[in-house]
Amino acid sequence: MTAVVRAEGLGKRYRRRWALQDCTLEIPAGHVTGLVGPNGAGKTTLLSLAVGLLAPTAGTIEVCGGRPGADAAQLAKVGFVAQDTPTYPGLTIAEHLRLGARLNPRWDKTVAQSRIERLNLDPGQRAGKLSGGQRAQLALTLGLAKRPELLILDEPVSSLDPLARREFLQSLMEAVAEHELSVLLSSHVVSDLERVCDHLVVLVNSVVRVEGDVEALLSTHHRLTGPTYDTSRLPADQQLVSASHTDRQSTLVIRTDAPILDPAWTVSQLSLEDIVLAYMERPALPVVPKQALEVLR
Amino acid sequence: MIWLTWRQLRIQAAAVYALVAAAAVTLAITGPRLADLAKLDGSIFDRLTQADRNFFFTGVIAVAVAPAVIGIFWGAPMVARELEAGTHRLVWNQSVTRTRWLATKLGVTALAAAVAVGALTLAVSWWSKPIDGALSDTNGSLPARMTPVTFAMRGITPISYAVFALVLGVAIGLVVRRPVPAMAITLVVFIFVQIAVPLWVRPHLVPTAEQTVTFNRERLDGISINDNGPSSPMRITVNTGGPGNWVLSNQTVDATGRPTALPAWMSDCLPPPPGPGEADRAVVTQAGVDPIEACFTRLNAEGYRQRVVYQPAKHFWPLQWAETGMFLAFSGLLAWFCFWWTRRRLM
Repeated sequence: MTAVVRAEGLGKRYRRRWALQDCTLEIPAGHVTGLVGPNGAGKTTLLSLAVGLLAPTAGTIEVCGGRPGADAAQLAKVGFVAQDTPTYPGLTIAEHLRLGARLNPRWDKTVAQSRIERLNLDPGQRAGKLSGGQRAQLALTLGLAKRPELLILDEPVSSLDPLARREFLQSLMEAVAEHELSVLLSSHVVSDLERVCDHLVVLVNSVVRVEGDVEALLSTHHRLTGPTYDTSRLPADQQLVSASHTDRQSTLVIRTDAPILDPAWTVSQLSLEDIVLAYMERPALPVVPKQALEVLR
Repeated sequence: MIWLTWRQLRIQAAAVYALVAAAAVTLAITGPRLADLAKLDGSIFDRLTQADRNFFFTGVIAVAVAPAVIGIFWGAPMVARELEAGTHRLVWNQSVTRTRWLATKLGVTALAAAVAVGALTLAVSWWSKPIDGALSDTNGSLPARMTPVTFAMRGITPISYAVFALVLGVAIGLVVRRPVPAMAITLVVFIFVQIAVPLWVRPHLVPTAEQTVTFNRERLDGISINDNGPSSPMRITVNTGGPGNWVLSNQTVDATGRPTALPAWMSDCLPPPPGPGEADRAVVTQAGVDPIEACFTRLNAEGYRQRVVYQPAKHFWPLQWAETGMFLAFSGLLAWFCFWWTRRRLM
């Protein structure tokens, strides 16, 4: 399995504050990978490092086998739809396509034009007059027609209404099926990612909390409900993700490959959203440094 | 990339070029009359109308303002607008490195700026040629082309100012990241440079000429008396003996060559100034008689001389080249800074 993104000890500091720290991950090629995490977790920083808009303060990152933004050839391999899908308000749609054609040697004119036609957009319209959804579609068109190996999208749908969201993700999926490209997109809304991703990275407080294929994540995470339970008595092959206790009952989220044998538990399946939330709401005990724990208490 | 540069610049470019074209047409219509006047005998300055003089100064102002306009409206927003709107994230992720992106934008825009200001300067210089060429000491109240007022609006220096203002605007825009403050800062810095250079730098770009002369009627330029009364210090200025020179300092020196004030007896020696209203101004004595000449003879006998330091009119082109080179060097440094900042700091 080859990796489109490989990060080692990656960190980025702004003056005193670390926006991303000690991030190590490998994102496999040929997947649609969702990067999910709460606001401020470092998603935008990680993606900006991946496209070379930022330079790392610590560690290394390699994208499609090269240093991000190193040269024109590297730039051609990676497409990027930035947060809030920036476009030039004064330029028309046709001029945006012309911009793409002029600045990208691998530009696919047919892809660009057929997408604009399918979206029923008027090529003569200025981008400043487009709705948020249309602008996002235009930015996606630019990213796709560039014919990259990896397309990175930073919160592409966060500012869109539900319908535009659905349409955007739909057309992204069609393009992925058509062009066989790897996709890495971020969101803080899991339900958006659930529809399109087959691989997931959960980033919390600039740390990768869990990473894996969506199917594997779904089949190995379970919710256990039963009488109040001391979590230190969990079997070794069951990794505790989160736990909540009341006077009479404990609810645990655990990760395990093995079957759950303890008859005291009622075992139920988790949705992807449940799993992500379990990782986000309770920082895993071993990973969190001591001071942070004290603050939490 | 060139297409994109042109597309993003075209409105500002069209505005500036339209103004340049309008100025050129106006000058082309009024210019020939001035050239005809110059062919007649006598000083052209006796025949100039007030409209001609206004035109002359409008031309000076136009060439002075053009580089500032380019710095503010072409330079400052060039990158700052992208950074503010976030479109740099779009354009820097096409298959073009940001170094090439900046190089093309700077190169194309600098060329457009140089052509616009060059054309305007050429038109204004052509129009003013009969007056500039007459090289009267004061041009009959119009400044000669060596003086700070017009030196910077003739020849080739305006082109270097335009390039400098542009790169200055881009650099400030890069650092400030917002177009409107960048425009304001660009204007302030550019005005400061345009005042500082003629005051402190230009006089020393090319070695100056110096004369030490005895006092006589022929070389007398003026005697100024302070308005505090006849007992207060008095100054004498002399001319350089040739028209069109740029006088940098005009000082009375004693027998050892050290700058000094005029002796105290001078104020008693000279006749009272002509009019009461003129007391604080330089008084050029035209119809005077012996008293002044007698004073001068005594001054000369006591070893007083007048030393005048100046840039002679023939230094016009050497000074033009030197100043142009200096501004282009500044521009080069600023451009290097822009590339460095784009590559390293915007990360």
